[in-house]
Amino acid sequence: MISKNKLKRFASVFLASSLIIGALAGCGAKDGATSGGSSSGGKDSDVIKIGMNLELSGGVASYGSGVAAGAELAIAEINEAGGIDGKQIKPVKIDNKSDAAEATSAAIKLATQEKVVAQIGSATSGNTVAAVQIANKNKMPIIGPSATSTTVTVNEDGSVNDYAFRTCFIDPFQGKIAANFATNTLKLKNVAIYADSSSDYAKGLAKSFKETVEANGGKVVAEEAYIAKDTDFKSILTRLKSKKPEFIYIPGYYEEVGLIVKQAREAGIDVPLMGGDGWDSPKMVELAGKDALNNTFFTNHYSSEDPDEKIQKFVSAFKAENKDKAPDAFNALGYDTVYWLKDAIERAGSTDGEAVQKALAATKDLPLVTGTFSVDENHHPVKTATVLEFKDGKQVFNSKVNP
Amino acid sequence: MEWVQQLVNGISLGSIYALIALGYTMVYGIIKLINFAHGDVFMIGAFIGFYAISGWGLGFFPALLLAMVVCAIFGVLIERIAYKRLRNATRIAALITAIGVSLLIEYSVIYFRGAQPEAYPDVLSKSTFNFLGAQISAQSIMILSVSLSLMIILQFIVHKTKIGKAMRAVSHDVEAARLMGINVDNTISATFAIGSALAGAAGVIFGVYYTKIDPLMGVIPGVKAFVAAVLGGIGIIPGAMAGGMVLGVVESIVSALGFSLWRDAAAFVILILILIFRPSGIFGKNTREKV
Repeated sequence: MISKNKLKRFASVFLASSLIIGALAGCGAKDGATSGGSSSGGKDSDVIKIGMNLELSGGVASYGSGVAAGAELAIAEINEAGGIDGKQIKPVKIDNKSDAAEATSAAIKLATQEKVVAQIGSATSGNTVAAVQIANKNKMPIIGPSATSTTVTVNEDGSVNDYAFRTCFIDPFQGKIAANFATNTLKLKNVAIYADSSSDYAKGLAKSFKETVEANGGKVVAEEAYIAKDTDFKSILTRLKSKKPEFIYIPGYYEEVGLIVKQAREAGIDVPLMGGDGWDSPKMVELAGKDALNNTFFTNHYSSEDPDEKIQKFVSAFKAENKDKAPDAFNALGYDTVYWLKDAIERAGSTDGEAVQKALAATKDLPLVTGTFSVDENHHPVKTATVLEFKDGKQVFNSKVNP
Repeated sequence: MEWVQQLVNGISLGSIYALIALGYTMVYGIIKLINFAHGDVFMIGAFIGFYAISGWGLGFFPALLLAMVVCAIFGVLIERIAYKRLRNATRIAALITAIGVSLLIEYSVIYFRGAQPEAYPDVLSKSTFNFLGAQISAQSIMILSVSLSLMIILQFIVHKTKIGKAMRAVSHDVEAARLMGINVDNTISATFAIGSALAGAAGVIFGVYYTKIDPLMGVIPGVKAFVAAVLGGIGIIPGAMAGGMVLGVVESIVSALGFSLWRDAAAFVILILILIFRPSGIFGKNTREKV
């Protein structure tokens, strides 16, 4: 978790720099307006406009700017290679300030004034949901690169939002992957679940893990729960140990999971432990300790250490652009979103919103950095997930698991 | 054996509650104030120990001593600045002040270092041995023995030294004690110093045992320790020790039976039952001497 102070400092630096950039961009736009005139807009021109409605400042600025960095790399690559059907991509980037109301007005601006083909973003589920109505009304497909909540594409009554898509897998999907990993890869039958009962995320993962394990012929020998902010897990771990599980699934966030892993090893539980992307933090190693983390696994969107050729090509391209920083999941998802959109526009053969929407929904076996994926009837990607393993405190790529 | 293991878990947790509860009970015994800032002194102790170990490379015992000394001074400062001038005010005024002091300490720490948690470095040996089939770590034996020796030292101070005698006298009757030539202000300060030092020690022990510390870590253990103090009979030193141990073991048993989500509720159910059926606590009798 980022501290409030750091966040504030980061946000203020970001705000200041975006003001300066905004001022500069303002000057630039004036120049453009006098020379370019009306020819730069419209759907029939020689550029393809893609909107980006992202969190570039505010509370989750690191997510939004991560997506933007990945997407911009992809756009630069595509433009260099000749664009889409000979047309260059022109990104229109709007900062929604990590705020749902701002995300809605940014979407209106993109759909009605800029008349973009599609919108990338937002990074969080809440801000993406805020733009869904606008998207449906204006027939502008939107893709939330990292919007993991089910509600982005499926309404509460079960109906699907036609124009909403996502690049990442949904939360419960990770439980399914973990279950397949336990029963098929590790070939273990008796598993236990120890989930954070105060978070919907963890409960969703635990539920789909249980269903998949049972469908695969495994048995859940114990189910226990904890609450966020707990520090003492020893009694429950002692109880879990007496049930003799061969594998324990611990969906939750690193703050508690770090302590659980440490206390589990102290209690003499040496079976494999596994969780979801909530484990992905440097704090995890500090809290649990390097030794305790051996023989633990977690699912994530992708790993920059994956030996796959496509991924390594992306990693080195990204590092060249970004001061040798290894791309994280947000960068990769932003990158993939642009390529997915490119694929859909090419298959649609037009930049018309309805045609692109149909092409996006019909995506099948598209190879991308975060996995080869298809889209199901609820607009949830069906894709491979990556399993990472902790080895001496380092996250190491373990395997890819298919749904 | 699972049950032996659970008992060990419970006693380890209980000894931490007991150390904090002692501070509550001593302060209540002497000025009838429930010092809600006590849980935050515990937090300060944990952070002092953390910086001493990870920043200056001190060992467990030097860090423990340092945390106790700093917390003792801190406790006296709180008393002198916030509570002293309220000594003749209504009890509710002092209680509200204590809550204010508690929030002030918590959010000052967040202001200065942020709210992110910190992981305690490993300072004690991680070896474990088997006892009746239970995995007992050398760490928990060490922690238990440190807690017990601190309690024994406290009993010695209260019953065998001059300041202890003064503390007992003040808790019996402030006015009479003053007439007998006892310096009441110094005695009250000494009580705060000793109680806060114990809380500081509990903070370091908690950090070593449970790894994660953060600026709001004192809230729940503070309230639990208060329950322990009431359970044993607030104002009575052996009561706080017993209350802490009982609470720790009860919480472990509740988890062991599979009601882990009810663990916190169990502590407060105990508080309610005690207040209904035996408000003076397990050890509470009017004839008992109080400190």
